[in-house]
Amino acid sequence: MEYLIQQLINGLTLGSIYGLIAIGYTMVYGIIGMINFAHGDVFMVGSFIALAVFLILTSIFGFAFLPLVLLIVLIVSMLFTSAWGWTVERLAYRPLRGSFRLAPLITAIGMSIVLQNFVQVTQGARVKPLPPQISGGITLMEGSTEAGTIAVQLSYMQMIIIGVTFLLMVGFSLLIAKTPLGRAQRSCEQDQKMAALLGVNVDRTISLTFVMGAALAAVAGMMFLLLYGVVDFYIGFLAGVKAFTAAVLGGIGSLPGAMLGGLLIGLIETLWSGYFTVEYKDVAAFSILAIVLIFMPSGLLGKPEVEKV
Amino acid sequence: MSSNDTQPADVNHPEGAQIKREERLAAPNLPADDPANSYAAAIKDAAIAALLAGVLGFFFLAIRTDIAPGGLEVTTRWALWIISMIVVFGGRLAISLFFRGGKAKGAGNKVVSAVAVPGLGTWLGRILFAFAVILPFFFVYFFPGRDRQFIDLAILIMTYIMLGWGLNIVVGLAGLLDLGYVAFYAVGAYSFALLATHFDFIGFWIALPLAGILAAFWGMILGFPVLRLRGDYLAIVTLAFGEIIRVVLLNWYEFTGGPDGVSGIPKPTLFGLEFTRGEGGFADFFGLEYDSIQRFIFLYYIIFILAIATNLITMRLRKMPIGRAWEALREDEIACRSLGINTTNTKLTAFSTGAMFGGLAGSFFATRQGFISPESFTFLESAIILAIVVLGGLGSQIGVVIASIVMIGGIELLRNLDFLQAIFGSNFDPTQYRMLIFGLAMVLIMVWKPRGLISSRNPSAIYKEKKAIGADMVAQGEGH
Amino acid sequence: MADTKDMTAPASTGRAWENDAVLTVEHLTMRFGGLTAVNDLSFNVGRGDITALIGPNGAGKTTVFNCVTGFYKPTEGRITMRHGKVSNDFIERVTDTGERYRVEGNAGVYLLERMPDFTISDKAKVARTFQNIRLFAGMTVLENLLVAQHNRLMVASNFTFGGLLGLPGYRKARQASMEKAIYWMERVNLLDRADDPAGDLPYGAQRRLEIARSMCTDPHLLCLDEPAAGLNPRESAELNDLLQFIRREHGTSILLIEHDMGVVMEISDHVVVLDYGEKISDGDAEAVRNDPKVIAAYLGVDDEEEIEEILEEDAEIAKAHARGEEVSDDVVMPEKAKAKSKAKPKAKKAAPAKARSEPVPAAAGATPAPAMAGGLNAPRDGKGDNLTRIKGIGPINEKKLNAHGIFHFDQIAAWKAADVKQAEDYLAFDGRIKREEWVKQAKTLAKGGDTDFSKRVDKGAVPSSRSGKGKGGSK
Repeated sequence: MEYLIQQLINGLTLGSIYGLIAIGYTMVYGIIGMINFAHGDVFMVGSFIALAVFLILTSIFGFAFLPLVLLIVLIVSMLFTSAWGWTVERLAYRPLRGSFRLAPLITAIGMSIVLQNFVQVTQGARVKPLPPQISGGITLMEGSTEAGTIAVQLSYMQMIIIGVTFLLMVGFSLLIAKTPLGRAQRSCEQDQKMAALLGVNVDRTISLTFVMGAALAAVAGMMFLLLYGVVDFYIGFLAGVKAFTAAVLGGIGSLPGAMLGGLLIGLIETLWSGYFTVEYKDVAAFSILAIVLIFMPSGLLGKPEVEKV
Repeated sequence: MSSNDTQPADVNHPEGAQIKREERLAAPNLPADDPANSYAAAIKDAAIAALLAGVLGFFFLAIRTDIAPGGLEVTTRWALWIISMIVVFGGRLAISLFFRGGKAKGAGNKVVSAVAVPGLGTWLGRILFAFAVILPFFFVYFFPGRDRQFIDLAILIMTYIMLGWGLNIVVGLAGLLDLGYVAFYAVGAYSFALLATHFDFIGFWIALPLAGILAAFWGMILGFPVLRLRGDYLAIVTLAFGEIIRVVLLNWYEFTGGPDGVSGIPKPTLFGLEFTRGEGGFADFFGLEYDSIQRFIFLYYIIFILAIATNLITMRLRKMPIGRAWEALREDEIACRSLGINTTNTKLTAFSTGAMFGGLAGSFFATRQGFISPESFTFLESAIILAIVVLGGLGSQIGVVIASIVMIGGIELLRNLDFLQAIFGSNFDPTQYRMLIFGLAMVLIMVWKPRGLISSRNPSAIYKEKKAIGADMVAQGEGH
Repeated sequence: MADTKDMTAPASTGRAWENDAVLTVEHLTMRFGGLTAVNDLSFNVGRGDITALIGPNGAGKTTVFNCVTGFYKPTEGRITMRHGKVSNDFIERVTDTGERYRVEGNAGVYLLERMPDFTISDKAKVARTFQNIRLFAGMTVLENLLVAQHNRLMVASNFTFGGLLGLPGYRKARQASMEKAIYWMERVNLLDRADDPAGDLPYGAQRRLEIARSMCTDPHLLCLDEPAAGLNPRESAELNDLLQFIRREHGTSILLIEHDMGVVMEISDHVVVLDYGEKISDGDAEAVRNDPKVIAAYLGVDDEEEIEEILEEDAEIAKAHARGEEVSDDVVMPEKAKAKSKAKPKAKKAAPAKARSEPVPAAAGATPAPAMAGGLNAPRDGKGDNLTRIKGIGPINEKKLNAHGIFHFDQIAAWKAADVKQAEDYLAFDGRIKREEWVKQAKTLAKGGDTDFSKRVDKGAVPSSRSGKGKGGSK
C-alpha cells in the first residue's frame, strides 16, 4: 500500500513534466495540424540552458540563495528556449506553410537531428550530472513489511514540480480562454484563412504558439534536470514521444487533456516500472499510444470527428 | 468496421488533391522582395539574424559545461560565439543580396526540366544503371588504391536505394506515412542472423526469402491495427511500433542477445563457393589470385540485383490493378471505397510489400556486416530512409537514387575532408559534424523543393501519348 | 404506413417503383448524436427508372445516399437492393438469417445496411458519385476509369501473382478493361483528354468523368449526388442526354439528388421529396410539383423575415415554378393518400402544412382550379393590375391569384374573412403579411393611392412582375 502511494507520487511528478511538454505538442498540433517533431529536442535544449544558467549563477557569480537562483534559472531558460522554439518555427515551418504536407514533417525531423547534433557537438556527447540541489521532504506515512519499514516520502522537489506545473497550467488555460492572443489562437485552429481575412496575424499567432510551447518545455527541462540530475543530448527523443503520447491520450488540441494525459503516462510508466520490468516501460508507453490512437483517436477529452463524405 | 466511427481527420484540410491545389492557388503569395531598398533592409535583416544567432548560441557556443573533478565546470569560448555571429551575419547578407535575385530564374528552369524534357528521367536512369553495372570494375581500374572504400560506399548507397524503393511503395504510392520502416529492416536482419546462427544448413540464399516473408508477415501484423489512422497519427504509431521492436530486441537477451547483438553471421556464397583464401574458395575455383576485393564486388552485385529486382517489381506492380489501387488510395480513399476497392487489403498489401523489401535489405545488411545489434535500427535510420524518399520526390524511383547518392554519399564524403584539419586545427574532426550537416541538408532541400527533387508523376497506363503529371495535381495520401 | 401500403398494393399502374423496385428503403433513420438527419424514411427506386431525391438544403438527402452506399451505417431501417425478380418472401428470409446478401440463380438480395461500403459497389452493384467531386486528381482520365475496374482485374490477375508473371488471362482482361475505358471516354467526350490528369479537366468534364468512372463498375443502380451542380445550361442538357443514354442502353436505374428543377422535372420518372429528414411527397414529377407540401417546403419561411429577402428568393424560384404553375390548372391532384399521410413536417412547418392540407378541395374530376369569390375569367380590360405592388404578393402569388381569377386591386379589397381563408389555403405562403393587410393595401391601391411599398415597386427597387408599369393600372 505504501509502495503504491509512493509510486503514485513519483508518477504524478514525472507526469507533470510530460504534461508540460505535451502542452507544446497539443497547441502546435491544434493550430497547424502537425506534430512538431523537434519539440522534444527543444525540451532538451531547455534543460541544457537551465544547467548552464545554474552553473553560471552558482559557480561564477557565487549565488547561494537557492530559491532566487532557481527563479532566475527558470526565467532565463524560458526566455532563451522560447527563442529556439521561435527559430524552429521560422526555419522549418513558416517557409513551408500551405505547402506539401509531408515537407514540414521532414524539416521538423531535420531540425530535431540538427538540435541533437548541435548540442552534441557544442556540449559534448557525455552525460552531464548535476548533484541534487533540493533535498529533504516530508514523510506522509510509514508502514512496515517483512523487509522493514517503508516511508512514503513527498520530497520538496516533487512538491515544487507539481506546484509549478499546476500554476502554469492554470495560467495558460486563462491565457487561452481570456486573452485576445488566446482568441486569435483558437480562431486559427478553426480556420486559418478566415482568421487572416478577419485581421488575425496568423504567422505571428503561430509563432507565439511555438514560443509558448517552448517556454513550457523549458520549464519541463529544468524540472527534469533537477529531478533526475542528469542531461544529455538524447533525452529529447524519448521524452518527446512520450509527451506526444500524453497529448494524444488526453485528446489532441485540448490543454487539460494534455495535462491529464501527461499525468496518466507518468503514472503508467512508474507503476509499470515499480511492479513489472523497468526495461519494458517504454514499450508500455508506446503500446498505450498505439492502443489509444487505434481505438479512441479523439483521446479522453478531445472532440470526436465524423468522417466527411 | 463501421464508417461513422470517429477519425482523426483534419477539418482544416479538405480532402482530395483538387481542393488542395485550389487552396494553394488561392493562398496569398509571399511578399515579393523589393530590390530597390534592399541594401539597408538586408543589413538590418542580417543584423537581426546575427543577434538571434547570438541569443541561440550563447549557452551552447559561448559557454560549455564539462565534467571536472568535483562536479561540472563552466568554460567560456567567446571567440567561437562571436565568430558564429559574424558568420551568420555574412551568410544572411549574402543570401538576401544574391540568392533572391536568382530565385525566379530557378523556378523557370524547373518547369522546363520537368515538362519539356519528360525523357530526361529515363535517360538519367539508363546512364546511372549502366554505370552501376560496371561500377566495381570502374573503381578497381581507376582507383586501385581506394577501390575497397568506394565499393563499400557504393554498397551502402545501394542498400539505402533499395530501402528507399521499398518505402516508396508505402509512402510514395499508397500514401501511408510510415516512420517505423526500420522495424522491417530489423526483422529481416534478425531473421536471417538468428536462422543462420541456429541452423547450420541455412545459408544466405535460403534465409533471404525467409527473411523477406517474415518481414512481409510483420508488415501485415503491424499494418493491421494502424489501418484506420491517418496522416501524422499513422506516422507516430508506426514510429512507436519501430521503437517497440527495437526495445524488445534490446531487452530480450535470451533470444536476440540484447545489446550484444548477434555475431558470426555467415557470409554469402556463390553457388557454394566461399570468398575465402585457399582451397575451394571462389578465387581458387576460377583460378584467380585471391583478393579480398572479390568479396566486396560480390556483395555489391548481390545488393545491386536485389535493388534492381525491387525496382522492376515495383514498376510492374504500378501497372497492375493493385499498384493502381495504391495510387488511387493515395489520391482519395473514399472514392476508392465507392468503387468497390477493399481499402483494408490494399493498404495491407502495400505495407507488407514494402516490408518485404525492407526485410530483404535487412538480411543483406546482416550478411554484409557479419554482426548486428539494435543500435543499427534506431529511429534515425527510419528518418533517413523517409528523408531519402521525400527528398527524392514521392513515388519517383529515380528520385530515390539521386537522393540516396546525395545524402548518403555526400555525408560519407565528409570523412574524407581531412584538409579541413589544416584550417581548423588538428583536433578538428569533420565526421562529428556529419549528422548536423545531414539535418541541415534535410531542412534546406525541403525548403528549396518541398515536393522533392523529381516531383512529376508518370501515368501507369497510356492511351495515346505519355504526359508527366505535375506535382501540384498529385495528392500526398494519408499525409493530408 | 402509407408507403408500405403503396409497396404491397396490387400493380394497378405501370409504375416501376411500385411493382418492380430495384432498391427499397424502409424505415430508414439516421441519427448523429442528438440530431436526427433522416427519420423513418421509406421509398422505392423502380428498376430502369430515373428517380430524383429532392428537398431543401439540409433535408437529409446526402445522408440517405451515404446510408445507401454504405458510408454511414443507419441507426435503424432496412435498405434492400434486388437483382432480378425477387419476392418479398426471399427478402424476409435473408433478413432473418442475418446474412448480408444471398444470390439464388438470377435473383439476388443485398441488405445494404449490413454490407461494408466497398462490397456495396463490388457485390450489390450500387455505384455513386459525390457532391464535391472525388476524382483521383493526380491520375489520368484513363487511369481513373481503370481503377474503377479494379475488382475484375484483380481476379483476372490472380490477385497480382498471375499478372506479375504475365499470364494470358490477365492480358486479355487488361485489354477488355482498356476497351471499356475507351468506350466510356467516348461517351462522355473525354477521349482526347485520356492522358491528362483528371484534376486538370474543367468542372463539367470532371462531373462527366465521375459518372463514367462509376459506370465502369457495371452498376445496377447509379446514385448521383447533384450531378448538375455547377454546370451551365448546355452541360446540363448534355448531362440529361447522358443519363437517358445510361438508362436506355445499359438498363441502369438511376437515383439522383438534384437542386436543378429543370433537370429533375425533365428526366425523372419518380420524385421523392424530403424535408427535415422526412418524406413529404412521393410520386411522378407532375404530382410532386403540384403538391402543396412541396411548395411549402421550398417556399415556406418564418414570419419575421424581411420581405425583400423573400421576394429575392421568390424571383429565384419563380423560374422553376413558372413551368409548374402554367399547367397546374388542369391537373388532377392525385395525392389523396397524401392528405391522409402521417408525414408531418417538423414543428416549424407544422402550422402551414396542416392548414393547407385539409381544405385542398379534393379537386374532383378534371375541373380547373376553383375560382375564388368574385373571380373573373379574364382581366377586365385585357390586363390586370400589378398585384405585386401589394406588400406580400410576389410574382408567384400574383400568378396564382390570376389563375383564380383575381386580377385587380378592388377584387382583393372586397375580400371577406372566408375569402382570405381560402386564399391562405391555396397560396404558397401565409403568415408573413396577414391577408387582412393585403386587403387594406388593396383598398388604398384600388383608389389609385400609393403605399410605401408600392412606391418602391414602381421605382424598381423591388422585383415585381411588371417593372414600373401599372400605376393606376385599372380604373
